[in-house]
Amino acid sequence: MLEIKGLKVKLEEEDKQILKGVDLSIAAGSVHAIMGPNGSGKSTLSYVLSGKDGYEVTGGSATLDGVDLLDMEPEDRAAAGLFLAFQYPVEIPGVGNMTFLRTAVNAQRKARGQDEMSAGEFLKVVREKAKALQIDADMLKRPVNVGFSGGEKKRNEILQMAMLEPKMCVLDETDSGLDVDAMKLVSEGVNALRDAGRSFLVITHYQRLLDHIKPDFVHIMADGRIVKTGGPELALEVENNGYSDILTEVA
Amino acid sequence: MVMQDRKLALTEDRLAKIPRPADGADWVTQARAAAMDRVIAMGLPNKRDEYWKFTDPATLVQADAPEANTLKPSEPPIFDEIDRLKVVFVDGVFDADSSDDLALAGLEIARLVDAMATDDHWAKDLYGVLEKNGQTPVHRPLAALNTAFATDGLAIRVTGKAAKPISLIYHYNSTHSDAILHHCIKIEEGAELTVLETGPAAARFNKVMEVDISEGGTFHHVRAQGRDHERRAVTAIFARMQANSALKSFTLTVNGVLTRNECVIDIQGDDVSAHVAGAAVGDGADFHHDDTVFVTHDALNGESRQVFKKVLRNGATGVFQGKILVKAGAQKTDGYQISQALLLDDDSEFLAKPELEIYADDVACSHGSTTGAIDEDALFYLRSRGVPAQTANDLLVLAFLAEALDEIADETLAAALLDRLEGWLARRSS
Ligand SMILES: Nc1ncnc2c1ncn2[C@@H]1O[C@H](COP(=O)(O)OP(=O)(O)O)[C@@H](O)[C@H]1O
Ligand SMILES: [Mg+2]
Repeated sequence: MLEIKGLKVKLEEEDKQILKGVDLSIAAGSVHAIMGPNGSGKSTLSYVLSGKDGYEVTGGSATLDGVDLLDMEPEDRAAAGLFLAFQYPVEIPGVGNMTFLRTAVNAQRKARGQDEMSAGEFLKVVREKAKALQIDADMLKRPVNVGFSGGEKKRNEILQMAMLEPKMCVLDETDSGLDVDAMKLVSEGVNALRDAGRSFLVITHYQRLLDHIKPDFVHIMADGRIVKTGGPELALEVENNGYSDILTEVA
Repeated sequence: MVMQDRKLALTEDRLAKIPRPADGADWVTQARAAAMDRVIAMGLPNKRDEYWKFTDPATLVQADAPEANTLKPSEPPIFDEIDRLKVVFVDGVFDADSSDDLALAGLEIARLVDAMATDDHWAKDLYGVLEKNGQTPVHRPLAALNTAFATDGLAIRVTGKAAKPISLIYHYNSTHSDAILHHCIKIEEGAELTVLETGPAAARFNKVMEVDISEGGTFHHVRAQGRDHERRAVTAIFARMQANSALKSFTLTVNGVLTRNECVIDIQGDDVSAHVAGAAVGDGADFHHDDTVFVTHDALNGESRQVFKKVLRNGATGVFQGKILVKAGAQKTDGYQISQALLLDDDSEFLAKPELEIYADDVACSHGSTTGAIDEDALFYLRSRGVPAQTANDLLVLAFLAEALDEIADETLAAALLDRLEGWLARRSS
């Protein structure tokens, strides 16, 4: 599904190399987790995959089902099935959450040559998915993420993911700032989407989330590289001993 | 002194070129003569005047109206579906054939020229009176010029709740039309009126609207200035408000080379609510839009709001000059003012002069002015959800303007204006 080979990325404005050759291969239907110290480049990887400005790819490639992602506009990557749940979801005053969702859903359908969803159908689907995430009518009406608590923002990300039904979902610290109940809601939301044709890349610091969303593989990222890959037990090791053991081991 | 002499000479020269209006009743002759004296005493504006520093009035003052080609509208007229009393002016002249009968339950309405022919018309106590009051402390000579020369317009006296909105529709045919219109509106106690104004009016348009709102009266005003690119307009609303009265005015401006909209509100009674708002969108170096507002609180517990938003691109210029004056004794005044510009490129410019002048100690007044660009993070967020760049951009522009549109009480009218803004954006998307 997602193939990242030798990906090197620097900041556009500064001479600062952030990703120093990332290799990652994610098969359809699988769940990969990336853990790693702050500043190791996890969010940068997610931004570069989704097409944020400010980064320059200096080497390597990233493809989604064989299609070169790095050459595409952000909206085309989304239409191709890539989704990023932001570490810091953006507030958009003046744009209603519902309008935002409908515009996004219909834009993607249009890009894929499908008919737009009727207003009635859209409302029905949105209500159902929002309910599962305990997102009330008021949150749907309010401007996107404005005045939302940290947990509400993260649940709103999962709602967008559920509405857009992407095939490659990247979740950047979706668990940070969540209490136990919210964590459960979010995990259930993610698990409801798990399916043979859909893959996940879950960036997290905590084993907690991985208790709910069971990963097939766990990668440790440090200083712009994936330095170690293993099974779910690797996450437990991090939980118990922190990163330092692993980092000395690979150094 | 030399400068003042030059200003006077220019003013006299300019005034001599305007055709003298036909004689009316005595009160008209007196009002015109007094207005003429005011213009000469003040002189016509130039770029050195304090409130014309950001907007060059030269083309508004010069003898002939610069040419302005008319635009063939690609969309049906705005407010088409709304039940309203239509009053049409073409090149600044009332067009009876295109207008509805001047009759409506809840009010009396007459052409200004007919009112002016009547010796004892109620309009004699209003015509030029609020305009004159509005000349202090800031001069508005083009409004005095209007009073000195206007012949057409409407005189509306509202005694109950007007059965439907009065819709003033302005067209122009002549590419050099130089139109002056003057409306006098008197809202009697507890009466209520909505006035809609649409269209470009003239190659060069000078309009004054005097609105006298008695106790408990309500005046709603929603305006969409024509989107003809080359038109020029200087307009002024002078409102006088008595106790418990309410005013709400909203203006949408799309295109036009030069627009100066002044609004002068004089709050004389207690517990008044006065809201003025506007949204302006301009594309190109020849777009210049100026909102100049002056709200005077001279009574207790008054609430005023100014909300102005502008979206500017390709070298367009926006100006906001807004003042809240709270006189001594006007306690419990709640005055709010915000002006914001969204610049879609580095070539465009927003010039703002927000002012507060307060002589009472128990008031809550605030003002703010911001200039910004499209929020790149929001843009990326939208695009990452599959929204194409142009659509995302338009969505953010409309979001920016939403706060101003929210000032319109009537949802149908607000939706009609939103539709025009979407049209403006759509015409610029490719
Ligand atoms: N736009 C940016 N400007 C400046 N520094 C950046 C930018 N994006 C990332 N960095 C730097 O790159 C490094 C990796 O950051 P990030 O990808 O956010 O790490 P992580 O998500 O793993 O905590 C950090 O040192 C961070 O400061
Ligand atoms: Mg991060």
